[in-house]
Amino acid sequence: MASVSADRLPAQRLALVDLLDRVLAGGVVITGEITLSVADVDLVTISLRALLASSGALAGDAERAGGPYG
Amino acid sequence: MMSAADRPGIWVYALVDAGDDLTLPTVAGVAGAPVRTAPLRGHGSLTAVVSDADLAEFGEDALRSNLEDLDWLAAVAQAHHGVIEAVAHLGTVLPMRLATVYASEASMRAAVAGREPGLRAAMDRLRSRTEWGVKGYVAPAGETAAARATTPQVADDAAAGSGMAYLRRRRDALSAQRESWQGAADGARAAHAELGRHCAASRLHPPQSPQLSGRKEAMVLNGAYLLDNDRAAEFSAAVAALNDSDPRLRLELTGPWPPYSFTAQDA
Repeated sequence: MASVSADRLPAQRLALVDLLDRVLAGGVVITGEITLSVADVDLVTISLRALLASSGALAGDAERAGGPYG
Repeated sequence: MMSAADRPGIWVYALVDAGDDLTLPTVAGVAGAPVRTAPLRGHGSLTAVVSDADLAEFGEDALRSNLEDLDWLAAVAQAHHGVIEAVAHLGTVLPMRLATVYASEASMRAAVAGREPGLRAAMDRLRSRTEWGVKGYVAPAGETAAARATTPQVADDAAAGSGMAYLRRRRDALSAQRESWQGAADGARAAHAELGRHCAASRLHPPQSPQLSGRKEAMVLNGAYLLDNDRAAEFSAAVAALNDSDPRLRLELTGPWPPYSFTAQDA
């Protein structure tokens, strides 16, 4: 994925969100004597939303998150 | 507090079907840790790609709080992905979910042993295939057209009083926005169905948060597609054709990706 790693900051942010879609919701989950399975993706997503909602710099976008696709 | 040496854990990046003579490229893992292979003896050519992970940072309690730190998460996700990409060309790769951490190599082997038939089936399904992503947004051109359509109203409204005019403009703007979103969403459904004809499997991810993506346009499609490697050019052309044929929708292709979205049995 050369296009992703070679991109500059704004594109890197896009690449990050594409990556998080995949590494948090995809991949094999093998339970066992595992210290933590992030199988509960909703928990992570909700936590991230809370983190972002609390960021003043992003407050202007907060309304959009609850839009028709939110 | 115990030192790192007192609390070693194992971070697992992927399982690779590449044999015991697998030679890893030089790549740093999470927290800069050296990456190594852990052959799964008794499991044919299945090899785990792992690194040590200090449980003070990557243990259960630490992970719960660290995963809420976007900078930490970004660094760890990129390191995890970097290792998986580096080993993907060595053989069929089965990526692990982010933050798959075992207390020891022994517990990792035990967990894998119990799941071998399913893991083998997943490997077979992913062999010679690659994941691509297609994101769809409401086309800016659609928004522009909708805005133009409401312009003639403004002159009439001026005579009817500014309060009434404001309400009508607001209503028309919301209505136009809803229509352009609906049109793009309809186009996205059709595009997803058409793209499904070119791939071995497909999956829809939830639309991305604009806060995370920084995108202003509404997202109406966040699809993942598992392609036979020799169909990538055909798929890319199909995306371009759909993008050109539907003015309501703007499509963007991402990839190739390791097959993160297609490791589950139901994918």
